[in-house]
Amino acid sequence: MSEPHTNGHAGERTFEVRILRQDSPRTASYWERHRVRYEPDMNVTSVLQRIAAQGETIDGDPVAPVAYESNCLEEVCGSCTMIINGRVRQACSALVDKLLADRPHEIELQPMSKFPVVRDLFVDRRRLFRALEKVHAWLPVDGYYDLGPGPQRSQEDQQRAYPLSECMSCGCCLDACPQYAHVEVERKAGETDEQFRARQNAIFDVNFVGAHAISQAVYYNAHPTGKLNAGERVDALMEAGGVQVCGNAQNCVAVCPKEIPLTTSIARAGRQATKRIFTQWFDQ
Amino acid sequence: MADKQRVMIVGGGLAGLSAAMRMAELGLDVDLISLTPVKRSHSVCAQGGINSVNQLTRQQGDSEWLHFDDTVYGGAFLQHQPPVKEMADWAPRIIDLMDRLGVPFNRTPEGFRDQRRFGGTLFKRTAFAGATTGQQLLYALDDQVRRWSVAGKVSLHETWDYLGPVLDDAGTCRGIVAQDLVTMEIRAFPADAVVIASGGCGLIYGRSTMSMVCTGSAASRTFQAGAKYANAEFIQVHPTAIPGADKLRLMSESARGEGGRVWVPRTPQDKRRPIDIPEDERYYFLEECYPEYGNLVPRDIATREIFNVCTNEGLSVEQDRLCVYLDLTHLPREMLDAKLGGILEIYEKFQGVDPRSVPMKIFPAVHYSMGGLWVDYEKSASGGLVVGSPRNQQTSIPNLYAIGECDYQYHGANRLGANSLLSCIFSGLVVAPGIVNLLKGAKQAAADETQLMAAAQARYQDDHDRLLRRPAGGANPYLLHQQLGNVMTKAATVVRSNDALDEAYGQVCQLNEQARRCSLSDTGNWTNQNVVFTKSLRDMFPIAKAILLGARARDECRGAHFKPEFAMPGLEATDPAEHRREAEAWCDRFEQNTAKWLKTTIATLDGDDEVKLSYEEVDTSLIPPRPRLYGLVGAEVIDEVWKTRQQSKSADGRDGADGRASAAPKTAAAH
Ligand SMILES: Cc1cc2nc3c(=O)[nH]c(=O)nc-3n(C[C@H](O)[C@H](O)[C@H](O)COP(=O)(O)OP(=O)(O)OC[C@H]3O[C@@H](n4cnc5c(N)ncnc54)[C@H](O)[C@@H]3O)c2cc1C
Ligand code: SF4
Ligand code: SF4
Ligand code: FES
Repeated sequence: MSEPHTNGHAGERTFEVRILRQDSPRTASYWERHRVRYEPDMNVTSVLQRIAAQGETIDGDPVAPVAYESNCLEEVCGSCTMIINGRVRQACSALVDKLLADRPHEIELQPMSKFPVVRDLFVDRRRLFRALEKVHAWLPVDGYYDLGPGPQRSQEDQQRAYPLSECMSCGCCLDACPQYAHVEVERKAGETDEQFRARQNAIFDVNFVGAHAISQAVYYNAHPTGKLNAGERVDALMEAGGVQVCGNAQNCVAVCPKEIPLTTSIARAGRQATKRIFTQWFDQ
Repeated sequence: MADKQRVMIVGGGLAGLSAAMRMAELGLDVDLISLTPVKRSHSVCAQGGINSVNQLTRQQGDSEWLHFDDTVYGGAFLQHQPPVKEMADWAPRIIDLMDRLGVPFNRTPEGFRDQRRFGGTLFKRTAFAGATTGQQLLYALDDQVRRWSVAGKVSLHETWDYLGPVLDDAGTCRGIVAQDLVTMEIRAFPADAVVIASGGCGLIYGRSTMSMVCTGSAASRTFQAGAKYANAEFIQVHPTAIPGADKLRLMSESARGEGGRVWVPRTPQDKRRPIDIPEDERYYFLEECYPEYGNLVPRDIATREIFNVCTNEGLSVEQDRLCVYLDLTHLPREMLDAKLGGILEIYEKFQGVDPRSVPMKIFPAVHYSMGGLWVDYEKSASGGLVVGSPRNQQTSIPNLYAIGECDYQYHGANRLGANSLLSCIFSGLVVAPGIVNLLKGAKQAAADETQLMAAAQARYQDDHDRLLRRPAGGANPYLLHQQLGNVMTKAATVVRSNDALDEAYGQVCQLNEQARRCSLSDTGNWTNQNVVFTKSLRDMFPIAKAILLGARARDECRGAHFKPEFAMPGLEATDPAEHRREAEAWCDRFEQNTAKWLKTTIATLDGDDEVKLSYEEVDTSLIPPRPRLYGLVGAEVIDEVWKTRQQSKSADGRDGADGRASAAPKTAAAH
């Protein structure tokens, strides 16, 4: 830990925040500068709260609050993902003291790069949730009547599964992945909600599903009940945009805030796919 | 007509998702709106676990009845007992269900689900999945709802804000109006039944342990539409949270359990580093005031003392922020890592300080709202619920329901740890069959009420447009929110007094006036978070007022509501006969107080913003109320006197049988 509380300046301590803003999806982005008074124990979320309350830039121009998503403020909901000083991460767990220790006097915020900007730091991550639909990331249980407990599982099994279940769909792994391209689908005039959604999903489905979804498929395939329909998930991973797209660059695992062993999951998915090709081939 | 019927659920936390999944299974078509993508709902924050009796505890003497008993005892008997009994009966089956849905619960060496012990019980009743039980439960439900969404039975509308219910001339709910947070479109959604599952309202206190969307806006909008709001004054405060600039993050009780010591410097706001402050200049106030229990006094006492030392004695560690030290630095590192690793990492992650070498700074924080929208239930012959009754979870507005933390039903004056996740899932599951039956009797589908929908939509659109046109120069909504939070935290948390509550009420009314005239810094119509926040701020006031007025009127101490002026202290006399007389008097007073105050506070809105209170009897027919004596001087004698009285009463038979004698069958009707 550095000593953030001691500072050369006399009087009030402040720092500057540079934010890449964008008013709406089809307008150009621009940088805006803010000055924020330093307080102990600040994180980037509280910086954005202060900026909203101030309502003006460093030059005193009145501006609208910066749009961004947030909820839990404990790094478990995945909402507040953005690029902070060049690195994709959560705003709530990005501590100002640490950021200023690495780069004095200034913090730089940008929206995630692989998702369409809705406004400012708020991006549309619908594609990430669509990928979970594509790989059937659920257990197809018989129903919700009382049918007794779930299958017995060993401690070892639980301990292997648990880390994968902590994925909070934040999308850091996707933003950092060289194979995950920016996909933006524009709505056509006269298209209904349903038509637009269907067309958008079809486009999402042929692009790379992403490390998070591969890992979720592997998670459910390892569950005793999930094993029963593992084939469906493996099939989904073998379609266009599936696990074969991964170039094994390992960026994903390096940025995952939950330290999920994504490359291990990807390797397991790859083996499951290979095995499936062989069994299908022999079954013919 | 049935093919046109739809149900609208507002909120996709544990409660909303379990309702959606169960309704889809029962064949209903469901819409679900949520401010956040449902997977990001506040329920992810719950760490500890979820309660139920299991095979093992049962053989140690535990039962559904005891779980029920612990819950109403912990809640100071303020909840109607039938729904609580039903919940405790379902609990083991709910955990089984969540297990089948894939929740990675911790396991025993033999592969069964492991359980741990939580506050308020003697049994290891709490199932858990690592340190993220809420997250794991929510994800399992989210995955099921995703499955139904792909199948076309559930339509998810994520990033939409519920603005209010649509009521017809008869006052029946026929749908809702909501606003898209991205495009700002305002739209009426017809619905034959509406279920509010919008969670807690901690943000009324500024910062709390709750998430950013826990503003209580949806409950407030329902309240403003005429629904009754019950027991608002019961707000749970957790003794140890980490004060942050944006949020107060929970610090588990286990830090004190493992030997952590709470202290403040004797010199107010001592500038020295804590390690440099010598032992005799430190005030270990819990150890000094409670030599017997020390740092492990019960939660509510710890909360009150920490609060007191900072506010009344002015000994807060920091000048402009209240906090005390929770010190672990005297304990061996290896032990800390082995036993407290997980929670210490949270502190380190968010404070950037290693709590093994620097004392933590902590302070009590608003954590849970026991009160909420008033809901009905139908009692069965065995004392539980009639499952399938359309009355279960229905608010005072026909066809409008409430479930989860935003209802008032399950936790009385104080919630036990790990019971909330249970009540959320339970209320979600139990509301579904009731709504199926409700819709069977419906005559006209709400989808046909086009005029009603158009009118409601226009009304909200008009309100929105007027807000955007507000002149500049009014108050700043973010600053007003901070002020509201400060007023509420000061007057309506740990220790309450009538003078302070009166003063706070006046201040809140003033802030409310300012909020009516506050100015927006964004007047655009695209992803305008400024206007959305301003609306939710505006809607904090009716509930804030209900909290203050409910607390002001309730001249007693019950659960989380503590007014020293009306506390019932322990016994003082040393002479045995006198001691006994004091105990008799104590019990008399307890009975009088029960007769007077064992009542649900009901708030209604009269006209625009006048909160009116009334009271309702509580159904305590299964377990008669008894005093909570933990830590009280003379507890044994009071207990003895109390038991003698109960025995003579049940011998007379006038007061009905003692609860345990009429213990209901072990399992409730199949659901
Ligand atoms: C730090 C912490 C730890 C906890 N640990 C435990 C524990 O270990 N065990 C336990 O039993 N309980 C615990 N609790 C309590 C428990 O987590 C909550 O009571 C519970 O998760 C609430 O669930 P819910 O479904 O009612 O609401 P939430 O999960 O809060 O969901 C509310 C939903 O409503 C939506 N919503 C709200 N307002 C609107 C609106 N205006 N328009 C549209 N949608 C809206 C939100 O988007 C969200 O989807 C804890 C609480 C906290 C704060
Ligand atoms: S390993 Fe695969 S998924 Fe991960 S970053 Fe590289 S290409 Fe992307
Ligand atoms: S795998 Fe990690 S980085 Fe990717 S979405 Fe999940 S939590 Fe985020
Ligand atoms: S707000 Fe939930 S991860 Fe940051």
